[in-house]
Amino acid sequence: MKIIVSIKQVPDTTEVRINPETGTLMRDGVPSIINPFDENAIEAALQLKEEHGGEVTVITMGPPQADDALRQAIAMGADNALLLCDRAFAGSDTLATGYALAQAVRKIGDFDLIICGKQAFDGDTAQVPPGLAEQLGIPQVTYAIDIKVDGKKVRVKRLLDDRFEVVEAPMPCLITVVKQINEPRHAGLKGVMKARKAEIPWVTAEDIGADLERCGLSGSPTNVMRVFAPSHDHKAEKLEGEVPDVARQLVSRLRDAKVL
Amino acid sequence: MSIHIDVDKCVGCKLCISACPYGAIIVEDGKARFTEDCTGCGACASSCKFGAIILEVPKMAEVDTSAYKGIWVIAELHDGKLADVSLELLGEASRLAEDLGTDVSVAIVGESVEGLVPVAAAHGADRAYIVEHEVLSQYRTGPFSDVLTGLINTHKPEIVLFGATPMGRDLASRIAARIGAGLTADCTGLDIDPETKLLRQTRPAFGGNIMATILCKQARPQMSTVRPRVMKKIPPRENAPCEIVRTEVNLNEKSVLTKIVEIIQEEGGSKVNLQDAEIIVSGGRGIKKAENFALIRELADALGGVVGASRATVDAGWIPAYHQVGQTGKTVQPKLYVACGISGAVQHLAGMSSSDTIVAINSDPEAPIFKVAHYGIVGDLFEVIPELVKALKEEFGN
Repeated sequence: MKIIVSIKQVPDTTEVRINPETGTLMRDGVPSIINPFDENAIEAALQLKEEHGGEVTVITMGPPQADDALRQAIAMGADNALLLCDRAFAGSDTLATGYALAQAVRKIGDFDLIICGKQAFDGDTAQVPPGLAEQLGIPQVTYAIDIKVDGKKVRVKRLLDDRFEVVEAPMPCLITVVKQINEPRHAGLKGVMKARKAEIPWVTAEDIGADLERCGLSGSPTNVMRVFAPSHDHKAEKLEGEVPDVARQLVSRLRDAKVL
Repeated sequence: MSIHIDVDKCVGCKLCISACPYGAIIVEDGKARFTEDCTGCGACASSCKFGAIILEVPKMAEVDTSAYKGIWVIAELHDGKLADVSLELLGEASRLAEDLGTDVSVAIVGESVEGLVPVAAAHGADRAYIVEHEVLSQYRTGPFSDVLTGLINTHKPEIVLFGATPMGRDLASRIAARIGAGLTADCTGLDIDPETKLLRQTRPAFGGNIMATILCKQARPQMSTVRPRVMKKIPPRENAPCEIVRTEVNLNEKSVLTKIVEIIQEEGGSKVNLQDAEIIVSGGRGIKKAENFALIRELADALGGVVGASRATVDAGWIPAYHQVGQTGKTVQPKLYVACGISGAVQHLAGMSSSDTIVAINSDPEAPIFKVAHYGIVGDLFEVIPELVKALKEEFGN
């Protein structure tokens, strides 16, 4: 089986703050990690490879430092990696990202499955994987909690709000996974050594035959007009005193405010 | 629309004819050809085994934005009824339509859905686009995106709203990628820019650490998925008129690539419907061990609420994941949210900070949860909760 895993390097969101003066994101010094759901996607691909044979190729689009994320994936057990790295991709929204990834997948050639995390921790859009599937003209199955491969078909259990749904789809197709699907493995020493030595090709928009009008800002219909800090900054009314008294105070406040 | 047939590759096999929902392909002299009924929905492209049907995303510069009018809500069905989020979106669409001087349409796609029109009308729809077919009995990405892309291409709405639900996110992304529309995910605020008349779409990002307002200046329609339980329904309009526009489609189960083979409802007893709960009492790392969720449950029972949990407790295996509130769990907006022993990581705040009233109980006075709370109790939850339960029983009886 040939499996492609599309991942994203994200800032550890707990560390991101807004500069209150300039209203811009302060990302300096914020550690970068593989999007946690994408680690589940890599793990799912590795498990399918262990069961059915084949190879796992990990791709990402990002700045030069995204190379680290790909090396981490190789350390976990991925066979190959490809980095889409070009200033032409800067400012891509989900549509332009899906387009560039689709071009890269075409460049890689035949595949059976593309696996992605359900969404990225920073943007939280969940829009790139379906966009990628659409651009490639293949079916998608989102929110997978279990994947079984049977011949030329996959049988996927989807985790939805109030139910599970079991879906059959032909390969090639694209699957997004939820975190409950597995526990991502840690890289072993051998993997880390392999990752250190791995040669990871970096490709540009030209290398993947991308139309520059569809890349980066020029290929992105959505634009961020402004960013601002969320306004949940009111101070809590602190209830103080002996515990039984505090408890009674709270109950009467909630009653007076007609919450109860 | 940007779809065409490469006649050199077409072998006249007619596979595309059965894939076309709109009956808009004929084969003449051994080559397929689109008739004027073609909506550019793209359903045929994936049916062609020879790569002869070329679907291209329209370029932004080529879009005539003035051709797009009206606001659409794409309906989602739950157990054969319109989902709450769809009714909330109709309410929001009505407010936006007033600012924009336009009207509101709902698109309802399913097996038998025309009976839902009065409810949609009462909640704000001036027009209903109805598509009924047995292949559409359950949501599947392929046929739903084909049918809706066709409707959108034909009627050209200016704004299209979806619920930010598993279905809405799955569907909207696929349609946006096919027609080259701008799509903003998981919006919590929408309004119309008074000067440009563009839709301003506001959403949380970076785990709720920042808010971003997003515009889509050139591509059309402007599409958003909108978080459930954020927008307000309008008071139901009695006997509101609603124009019905039916579109007949020709779907073939054989052309649908994905099959739903089983649906497993979660078991009644174990399922907690956090998103519909009016009162949620959540436990965090501060409760120290699994058994202490009994204390959280006791308070939830005394308040008539349900039990929620922070990610830390779920990851520790103290409670099943369906209790989890936060960025990777459920987003909730109850009347009352009581956070017990939860420090308030941004990912947790992202899932609950829009609750109407928030009470925080935590031993650390510096815990970030106090920044979003309306009432804060700095103290040991093992002392505070039993007293609270007692005070509630004194006040309201058992």
